Amino acid sequence: MIPAEPAVDATQKQAITLKVNKKTYRLDAEPRETLLDVLRERLDLTGSKKGCDHGQCGACTVHVDGRTANACLLLAVMQQGREITTIEGLAPAGKTNGQEQLHPLQAAFVKHDGLQCGYCTPGQIMSGVAVLRDGHADSPADIREWMSGNICRCGAYAGIVAAIESVKKGDTIG
Amino acid sequence: MAKKLLGDPINRVDGALKATGRARYSGDIKRPGMLHGVLVMSTVANGKITAIDTAATLKLPGVVNVMTHLNAPKLAGIDKNKASEIATDRVLQLFQDDLVHYNNQPIAMVLADTLEQATEGASLVRVTYQIQPVKQPLPTGKADLATPKQLPRIDDQVDTKRGDLAAGLGAATQRIEATYTTPTMNHNALEPHALLAFWEGDKLTMYNATQGISGCQKRVAELFGMPKENVRVITQFLGGGFGSKGTTFSHVLLTPMAAKLVGKPVRLVLKREQMFGMVGNRSATEQTLTLATGNDGKLLATAHHSLVQTSDFDDFAEPAGTITRMLYACSNLDTTHKFIRANIGTPTPMRAPGEAPGVFALESAIDEMAAQLKMDPLAFRLANYAEKDPNKDKPFSSKSLRECYRQGAERFGWSKRPAEPRSLKNGHYLRGMGMGTTVYPMNRAESSALVRLKPDGTLQVETGTQDLGTGTFTIMTQIAAEVFGVSPDQVTLSAGDSIYPASSVSGGSRCTSSTGSAVEQAAREVLKKTKQLAFKDSKSPLFNVAEADIVAEKGGRLQQKSNPKIGESITNLLKRNGNNPVEATVQSKQGDEKEKYSMNAFGAVFAEVEVDELLGEVRVTRLLGSFAAGRIVNLKTARSQVLGGMVWAVSMALHEKTAFDMRTNRVMNANLAEYHVPVNADIREIDGFFIEEADDIVNPAGVKGIGEIGVVGTVAAIANAIYHATGHRFRDLPITVDKVLSLASR
Repeated sequence: MIPAEPAVDATQKQAITLKVNKKTYRLDAEPRETLLDVLRERLDLTGSKKGCDHGQCGACTVHVDGRTANACLLLAVMQQGREITTIEGLAPAGKTNGQEQLHPLQAAFVKHDGLQCGYCTPGQIMSGVAVLRDGHADSPADIREWMSGNICRCGAYAGIVAAIESVKKGDTIG
Repeated sequence: MAKKLLGDPINRVDGALKATGRARYSGDIKRPGMLHGVLVMSTVANGKITAIDTAATLKLPGVVNVMTHLNAPKLAGIDKNKASEIATDRVLQLFQDDLVHYNNQPIAMVLADTLEQATEGASLVRVTYQIQPVKQPLPTGKADLATPKQLPRIDDQVDTKRGDLAAGLGAATQRIEATYTTPTMNHNALEPHALLAFWEGDKLTMYNATQGISGCQKRVAELFGMPKENVRVITQFLGGGFGSKGTTFSHVLLTPMAAKLVGKPVRLVLKREQMFGMVGNRSATEQTLTLATGNDGKLLATAHHSLVQTSDFDDFAEPAGTITRMLYACSNLDTTHKFIRANIGTPTPMRAPGEAPGVFALESAIDEMAAQLKMDPLAFRLANYAEKDPNKDKPFSSKSLRECYRQGAERFGWSKRPAEPRSLKNGHYLRGMGMGTTVYPMNRAESSALVRLKPDGTLQVETGTQDLGTGTFTIMTQIAAEVFGVSPDQVTLSAGDSIYPASSVSGGSRCTSSTGSAVEQAAREVLKKTKQLAFKDSKSPLFNVAEADIVAEKGGRLQQKSNPKIGESITNLLKRNGNNPVEATVQSKQGDEKEKYSMNAFGAVFAEVEVDELLGEVRVTRLLGSFAAGRIVNLKTARSQVLGGMVWAVSMALHEKTAFDMRTNRVMNANLAEYHVPVNADIREIDGFFIEEADDIVNPAGVKGIGEIGVVGTVAAIANAIYHATGHRFRDLPITVDKVLSLASR
């Protein structure tokens, strides 16, 4: 028998602790707040984008314990104790020659123009990093298949594939 | 310095900001005390609101107010809420009355401290309607056909006649007639429409996702009945638009109205499902094409009759037949446009409005005609090549279409295409090749820019343009830099804000031709002033050297054209002259060249498809586009843009369709899972390149625009390739699995 779930008031704030980009955040959150909305509205990490809020477009892709996830489909209160990485946490901190440092895939997206409007780009890059890390970038066909959870309405797919391929070949992924 | 026809492929100036998530889009901006707005949408398509019950909503913690037609601020300029000659001025739903014109129309806005509270509050609003019968959209709603008063581009005639169609048909020995249908589509930029609005006294500031900062400022000001100067519009980053952010739609007024009602800043971000109705769509079309030729393959008669749809309260008419008038030489031609009125949100320009569905029909018909004549489709097009614009009866400012055909065909391997369809069969896989001509008119609007040469030799450009994602912010620096022969990183751009000189909309491929020309002219003016400074400066090596004999060269140096050794750096010149900046502001607009020339970008697109006859699956295995669009400012961003257009064509040919429930006109697939657009795996080998084309007539920047040309002819190229693969002509878009399978079962 499955025990009955205790009733939860979705608006009753709970004290939670989130670990995002190696920083610890303590806040009061309602159980109904999604991870995406907490990142964007409460922690001011607006790099993760909301394109559909239904897990259909991939613009909110983040890493949770090293795996990609659509932040719009996760409740923030359920992410305690997990390592969350957003686009803001991908590059090494600090500057080189006065410039913000970039993760190799971020640099490759710029070089290969794997973006136009840039709205899907954070999600594309978070997925791309995972595709490289998980060994799904062996061929353009592989990359296309594994990157198909992220819609780019501008149609920058050729540049996205080229960017991921170039990092794969350069083997500089962190 | 001579202009480069194919400009340097430099990286986007904002690439790193976008790749690191530091770029702030309109919905990313916050303001202390800000409330979140969530819209309540109608659930009927035609009728009247008889009651709105907001009691449960107002009891929720955090909910501050609910704006409805009962308490919305009245707009002093509401008499301006009508269609005008400006295509982006549409009739809006501004809570000034109780009428419902379409399903999913905004009828209330809940305002609360948090997004969650506003979202819950919106779900609790109860609306009662008096319901009227629904006027259906195409393909069924054809009761009342009407002729539109105008097409969106005011110069385009609604109907045209040339020569004697009946005589042409009579003289012809070959003829085809076919009807092509395309569905309603929605833009679905990945960034939902979003804005933050706040008032400081009678001054309004809006961070708004708009393709037209200046147009938005004007429209908001006139509807509020206040001076334009009191409205500031900021668009730092824009997450695509494709036309749906070109018009100032209802939410752009509703949000500042709500901010006024509650006396606080309000942010509104549309939900994806709310983007299917209130922010425009591409009209469905039903187009009948008649083509007739002699046995030599020369076109003797062309007729193109378009039926489109609009809303029951506005007049936007998709101009599907305009390209047919000018693309091929044909002396006898009729084109007409009719529309029906339906209870839907008003259509609006969507990437290549008119041209995309219209040229799908035309270029499919051309392919059908070539097949009937047993002519190679490319040879048939060349046989009917228009040396001058047959519609305007004017010469082209430039036209390099022959070169596009030649180079495109060669790179693609068009000569390897067997004439017979179904020749490339491998088991249940059918391979096919098709092509299409692509074209887009050069549009140009008034636009202005300031260029300032600083004493340190760097340049500053100020213009109120937005960057749709096309690379505008990048190429404006290149245009200014090239005039002075300096590196683009010596140019800083201030843009994305109505405090800068008013600029044109980014739509109809007109941003670079308009704002780029303003920057080009302002930079030239500054250079001219700088040369004059040298001319008058007795200490300058260029003292008394005529302006025409001075050129700007690499590294920020002015030198004598006839004796390059004589010259000096711009910084030295300015230093001696009080270290003052030199600046100029130019308001740039079209001259009389439009009266003398027809100005258009052209191209040729080649497609290869693979059709799985057992599964009905169509794969576009290869796409190649060749384009001649005047000067290309940045080869990298330009290539991305035309490839993006070609991806849009794959989408239109194979994927996209807004599906209405015809009983209620409610969109059944108002989400990104069921409204299909291509994902990465849908796009395989894809490439595009540019032909060098110098055009000094078209505009000061020498550009023709590349925003839409990637889409236009590519849709038919894919459909024609599917014909070549299967031997069957698909005339109804999108060409989905079910349609291909029904063919196999016949």
